[in-house]
Amino acid sequence: MSDDHNHLPAQPGDEAADHGDHGHHGGALVADEPLANPGLPEHAWRPTDVDPAAERRAERQIATLFGLSAVSAVLFVVAYVVFDINGGADGEDVQTIFGLGASNVALGVTLGLALMFIGIGLIQWARKLMSDHEIVEMRHPARSSDEDRAETLQALALGAEESGIARRPLVRNSMLGAVGVLLAPAVVMLRDLGPTPNQVANSDAYPGAGLENTVWEEGMRVVRDVVGTPVRPGDMQIGDLFNAEPEIIFEVDDEGHPVLEGVTLQIAKSKGAVVLVRMLPEENNPAPGRDNWAVDGILCYSKICTHVGCPISLYEKKTHHLLCPCHQSTFDLADAAKVVFGPAARPLPQLPLMVDDEGYLVAQSDFLEPVGPSYWERDSQASTSE
Amino acid sequence: MSIDTSRVATTNTTAATASRPHRIGAVAEWADDRLGLATMAKKNLRKVFPDHWSFMLGEIALWSFVILLLSGVFLTLWFTPSMGETTYEGTYAQMRGIEMSEAFASALRLSFDVRGGLLMRQIHHWAAMLFVASMMIHLLRVFFTGAHRKPRELNWAIGALLLLLGTLEGFTGYSLPDDLLSGTGIRAADGFIKSQPIVGTYMSFFLFGGEFPGDQIIPRLYIVHVLLIPGLLLALITAHMLLLVYHKHTQWPGPGRTEQNVVGFPMLPVYAAKAGGFFFIIFGITALMGGLLSINPVWKFGPYDPSKVTAGSQPDWYMGWPDGALRIMPNWETHIWGHTISWNVLLPIIVLPMLMFTILLLLPFIEAWITGDKRDHHLLQRPRNAPTRTATMVALMTMYGLFWAAGGNDIIAIKLHLSINQITWFMRFAVFIGPVIAFLIARRWCISLQRKDNDDLLHGYESGIIMRSPEGGYSERHLPLSPAHAYRLTARDRDPQVLDELPTGPDANGVEPRSGIGSRLAGLRHRLRVLMYADNVQKPTVQELEEGHHHAEHEHELQAPMEGHAADGHQFDGHHLVEGEKLRADD
Repeated sequence: MSDDHNHLPAQPGDEAADHGDHGHHGGALVADEPLANPGLPEHAWRPTDVDPAAERRAERQIATLFGLSAVSAVLFVVAYVVFDINGGADGEDVQTIFGLGASNVALGVTLGLALMFIGIGLIQWARKLMSDHEIVEMRHPARSSDEDRAETLQALALGAEESGIARRPLVRNSMLGAVGVLLAPAVVMLRDLGPTPNQVANSDAYPGAGLENTVWEEGMRVVRDVVGTPVRPGDMQIGDLFNAEPEIIFEVDDEGHPVLEGVTLQIAKSKGAVVLVRMLPEENNPAPGRDNWAVDGILCYSKICTHVGCPISLYEKKTHHLLCPCHQSTFDLADAAKVVFGPAARPLPQLPLMVDDEGYLVAQSDFLEPVGPSYWERDSQASTSE
Repeated sequence: MSIDTSRVATTNTTAATASRPHRIGAVAEWADDRLGLATMAKKNLRKVFPDHWSFMLGEIALWSFVILLLSGVFLTLWFTPSMGETTYEGTYAQMRGIEMSEAFASALRLSFDVRGGLLMRQIHHWAAMLFVASMMIHLLRVFFTGAHRKPRELNWAIGALLLLLGTLEGFTGYSLPDDLLSGTGIRAADGFIKSQPIVGTYMSFFLFGGEFPGDQIIPRLYIVHVLLIPGLLLALITAHMLLLVYHKHTQWPGPGRTEQNVVGFPMLPVYAAKAGGFFFIIFGITALMGGLLSINPVWKFGPYDPSKVTAGSQPDWYMGWPDGALRIMPNWETHIWGHTISWNVLLPIIVLPMLMFTILLLLPFIEAWITGDKRDHHLLQRPRNAPTRTATMVALMTMYGLFWAAGGNDIIAIKLHLSINQITWFMRFAVFIGPVIAFLIARRWCISLQRKDNDDLLHGYESGIIMRSPEGGYSERHLPLSPAHAYRLTARDRDPQVLDELPTGPDANGVEPRSGIGSRLAGLRHRLRVLMYADNVQKPTVQELEEGHHHAEHEHELQAPMEGHAADGHQFDGHHLVEGEKLRADD
């Protein structure tokens, strides 16, 4: 017998316990056991075992449960046909139950009941009518027998011997090497999952391609989010915050097609979104070299959080704090958008503003540093650094 | 009790042997001629499973996975995993004319144009929540009762992998509808990926097929969500179940239940009916939830737009704890040699979850190293009887809970009118101090419960009967435990005498103790063993128990004169007739 089997906690088996002689199993542990295992308790009969009336009642109960399930299933089909899910094609008011869509509620409740009645019926059947005699099954150690182990080891040794895998290192190592090199095709095959960051940056495939670029450029108007109308300094009150976008987002070409569509539009938005904020010019404390980036106390910052890239828009007028709703990084817009609280490590990049010939707010240039979350190459790519 | 067993129902007269029904036998023979399944089936059809409510928790996880497969297949019939731009023209009036991805449009179609589609979406989402939750609670049950010990360590590891994969599966599924909330989640995930040193941007560009958001991420997550991870889950669940059958289920110690046997009901018919019925109940509950409780109403969030966000953005609950770590992490970032290392993202969202998962995976192996226990264990332990282990998991749970609460710091701040800054600062310390406090409390609590068990064994349980002695002293009467209950309390191992271990000088044979890393490891192991065992209360010895019983008998003798007499004094309160009443039995 195996070593660990000997160490199984010595507890008298039930046969031994039935005879009350638990000491003879041997081993110090048994002698130390304060109480003998009293053995399996006697089976207690249930009412359904001894009373035919109770048995028949249980049968009826269970059959009723299955019947109720069938009724619920039929009701499900009825509900499927009866309820319109969106007020029909005419877009009438949606039918509701408890303020929820009637179809969904009716389907969910009928399906749920149909399933639960079956489940309750089955368990009731098991508990009331199926045999409730406890059965004892003996366990076996998880390990194989010593003979099986020996045979297996022998077979392994024989296999190794016959293949000569130990004796022929040249064959073995060259095979392992070849299989190892097969990893290369497997990895290389994944190369075209996407372009590298540098390929994108150098491709000019779309405006503002690359991590360190955005669609902003000299003279691009700052337009309102959603509607796309340009902004004059006079449109903003002190304390206002506008969600804004670069004008190109809304631009259409001569034939009326949008300049940016689909992926390029989403990418442009994901990097170009900004907030415009107006404060008293004397409240603003610009960073060195940014004295002429504001227009009449109007500042423009990237809306993309420097933490992990959520768009930021919760603004507190009095303190000039901008809060990210994802992880609560807080930036002071009156102090070059420096981080005053939270997990973000860098200020929001600022877009230098000026006014064009028609008096609208435009960018002086693209952002001078990459927008959005930090990444490994960021400092070496940034055209300006801290 | 007198029961007329002569009328016992025919189904319940014997435990095992059944005569072979004729028609089923014919089918079985046909199948066995070709498949030869009888050899395996004969052992397993009547396989015994022990009964306890806590053994159902893993079953909930299993059945919710089945529900996820069923409802998921239904959803794939309509869902379009594409980021192609389309203009919505469906029946949901508020969204008509809005540009969105085909994925989002098909999610709307499922919700508003396919009857039962919303129900299936909600069942799928609720079942996903249930899947992860029940896996976690099942994991706690296994650990608290010591079911992860030899020979089940590998099944624990498989379970831990299932939890990890289940979480990833949840996150990928949550991302598919391409609504504003899930898109914000992917955006944050892009930030996590980019935070990794050297390879970050490359991995991001490869994953998204270019710059975020690209048009590749939804189809790629889709195939991961519907094929890759479910395939792995299915394989691992199969392995998990096969090992369960091979090891046979653990059982609670009790009369007739030993390390060598398993006592319970047979798979066929009792567990087939109970487990099968349980599947229908779980499915029924998720269907009711899908019908009555709204979840992930993507039409309220709108399509994903990288320039928009909603306040109170929260991931699904099981992603809450790394999100909480991310929120309370100080904003550390290193700029060195033209490179940026974002500790503020890297540590909480990449390193911490990997660390926690590794710890989880290794728990049984660490414990086995500390205890040095090489025995097979099939009897469960009550959590109190392994105080340090129980306290370790309580500490981990506390840490998890605090991180999770930190993931809702904005919600807590709003609902409780607290400052978010104060909550964040509090959490920064609480995630480290809280688990220590929880560990100490849980450990002492367990040890106190062990003492209580011993008191019950030695002196009997407190009966609630107050006795007054002839001298006027009051005492509570203790009554002996039932033999079965008393046995259950003693059916546990004695802990090793760890304080006698690890001699510092040469041993009996004059061999010096090992030096170097080996001895340092041995020293560490010894200290951990002391922490594990030294304060535990051991069950009474035979002698102690006899002394206890002797003491109890003595007390009974003292109380014997009052036996059978309600000497409560109320007889003499003036409201009763006192004729024939006496104060003592021997008066």
